[in-house]
Amino acid sequence: MTLTEAPAPLAPAEPAKKPPRRRGRLTPYWLLLPGLLWLVVFFALPMIYQASTSVQTGSLEDGYRVTWHFATYWDALVDYWPQFLRSVSYAAAATALCLLLGYPLAYLIAFRAGRWRNLIMILVIAPFFTSFLIRTLAWKTILADSGPVVHTLNSLHVLDLTDWLGWTAGDRVLATPLAVVCGLTYNFLPFMILPLYTSLERIDGRLHEAAGDLYARPWTTFRKVTFPLSMPGVVSGTLLTFIPATGDYVNAELLGSTDTRMIGNVIQTQFLRILDYPTAAALSFILMAGILLMVTVYIRRSGTEDLV
Amino acid sequence: MKTDNSGDVRLSGISKTYGSFTAVHPLDLTVPEGSFFALLGASGCGKTTTLRMIAGLEEPSSGTVHLGDQDVTHLPPYKRPVNTVFQSYALFPHLDIFENVAFGLRRRGIKSVKKQVEEMLELVQLGEQARKKPHQLSGGQQQRVAVARALINHPKVLLLDEPLGALDLKLRRQMQLELKRIQTEVGITFVHVTHDQEEAMTMADTVAVMNGGRVEQLGSPADLYENPRTTFVANFLGTSNLIEAEVDAKNGDDIVLRAGGGKLVLPQARCSAPATAGGKVLVGIRPEKIALTHADDAGSIPEGRNRLTGKIADASFIGVSTQYVIDSPVCDEFAVYVQNVERDGRLVPGADVVLHWSPAHTFGLDAAQAIDAGTEEEADA
Repeated sequence: MTLTEAPAPLAPAEPAKKPPRRRGRLTPYWLLLPGLLWLVVFFALPMIYQASTSVQTGSLEDGYRVTWHFATYWDALVDYWPQFLRSVSYAAAATALCLLLGYPLAYLIAFRAGRWRNLIMILVIAPFFTSFLIRTLAWKTILADSGPVVHTLNSLHVLDLTDWLGWTAGDRVLATPLAVVCGLTYNFLPFMILPLYTSLERIDGRLHEAAGDLYARPWTTFRKVTFPLSMPGVVSGTLLTFIPATGDYVNAELLGSTDTRMIGNVIQTQFLRILDYPTAAALSFILMAGILLMVTVYIRRSGTEDLV
Repeated sequence: MKTDNSGDVRLSGISKTYGSFTAVHPLDLTVPEGSFFALLGASGCGKTTTLRMIAGLEEPSSGTVHLGDQDVTHLPPYKRPVNTVFQSYALFPHLDIFENVAFGLRRRGIKSVKKQVEEMLELVQLGEQARKKPHQLSGGQQQRVAVARALINHPKVLLLDEPLGALDLKLRRQMQLELKRIQTEVGITFVHVTHDQEEAMTMADTVAVMNGGRVEQLGSPADLYENPRTTFVANFLGTSNLIEAEVDAKNGDDIVLRAGGGKLVLPQARCSAPATAGGKVLVGIRPEKIALTHADDAGSIPEGRNRLTGKIADASFIGVSTQYVIDSPVCDEFAVYVQNVERDGRLVPGADVVLHWSPAHTFGLDAAQAIDAGTEEEADA
């Protein structure tokens, strides 16, 4: 009796299983919907609109029409390649500076800060409490011609060197490439520190002990264990810095001069002052394609596809 | 084998304090070259701190560490000829198995590592896995990589910090034998930290039982088991039945004691406490040394054996033996393990029984200590 009775409760449970499973299959799509809608309305549609703008011809008075005029791209590239080149080199310089400044700080916060860790993290993020514009304008005061920074650099003859390198002009720092790169570095530094900190903090402290135990001196431990393990942070930090820095125009606008115009400034002028929409749109697409290409090559070369 | 004793580990008066907390009290310990030495104790007893001081990962607050004749007390870990197998292994996740094992050799500037690494991987039976990453291996395999990575450097001493803690029971048994085999093969001094008394007894030649930052007792596993000198050792290594008894008289080499109205005999040599008439000692007896006879057959028990009466409170059959809990006047939870050779059907809960054992198996401890030191009840409290 008891043997035949035992499996009985299983039978009625079976038909009840099916309905929840069917509903469960659709749930992910419902959850996807709001984000997808957002992307379509605010990303995909504007992209298509911009793409069509870039191949239009016409004038403001007569209106623009799609004529598949791809020559706009070529013309834009020919006219503005120096600004493209400048954008990439300024962004690269700022990214390198961010890495040089950010890595030691992130390392300190992750491994040495102890109970000060949270406080330092707050200090890193604190500048975000003020507007981007105000912060950049503040650099105008810091680098002002009669300010202490210029005075000090001048008396140390650093400005002679940077002048010779073409980074500054005469006794001025403001309105030179150095000022723009400084502004970019300052504004994007937290975007470097945060991912670096996150990936450094995840490293198991015993790995350092294990490396020391296996005859690695502290510097070797850093080179062979800590740095390779922080590569995901280095890659995402450099991307988060380099990509927005390339397209940035605020720093060049406020801290630079006509000789330091970046591609962002060109696009802004084309859109808002010259009102040459096709050229502006074409420039935007060239910038995007260029960044996409560089980032792809970079991620491939750094070998961290699975880590980013 | 080398005869210069360079693989000896000598700790002289080393201690470690963190603020007002003393993790390790001043400790003297010598681990002879080529031995398999275990530091055994519950968590927080200072065993891992002691190991880390030998490795150089922790600076002793006082005392010195010698490897052979070399004073290494103030050497950083990367200058010490010792290697560690870390708890949960600490394998480098970004390097494959080959590079993990080669790490120590490369740091010492050895260029041709291929042959050595392959031999070492062969020793731990991982030759096929050389190009895999650590996360692709099972726990037991990772453990063997950790051993290989340390051993390839031919350290004077190999330190193992709970190396088997993350493995399941079956694998742990297998790895215990494996590690023992490797140690015999390479002949390097092993210092092994564990909280598992069975592991320590299976593997080590010498075991130091630590408690509260001190070494309670040091000896071979059999010696510690048969002749515990403190209640902590008696309870932490296996199970002991401890009874408080009063010293009645001395009779030649034996001490005669009174407990619960009966008389017990304890060889003087096996009593680690001073026994004076009228004083108290703790009498200990291991559960498997006790024989169980139904009260009706009490007359058949040979003369000269220590006896106690009681009632079976619980019996659990575990295959190779049956474990009884006996409620007796001197102790209400007396443990008795009886081999399942000839089972007496009358020995069921509720039955009146006589417990008896040879006086030679009895040991005596100082009654001034906590009787439950080292038991699980105490650890939970």
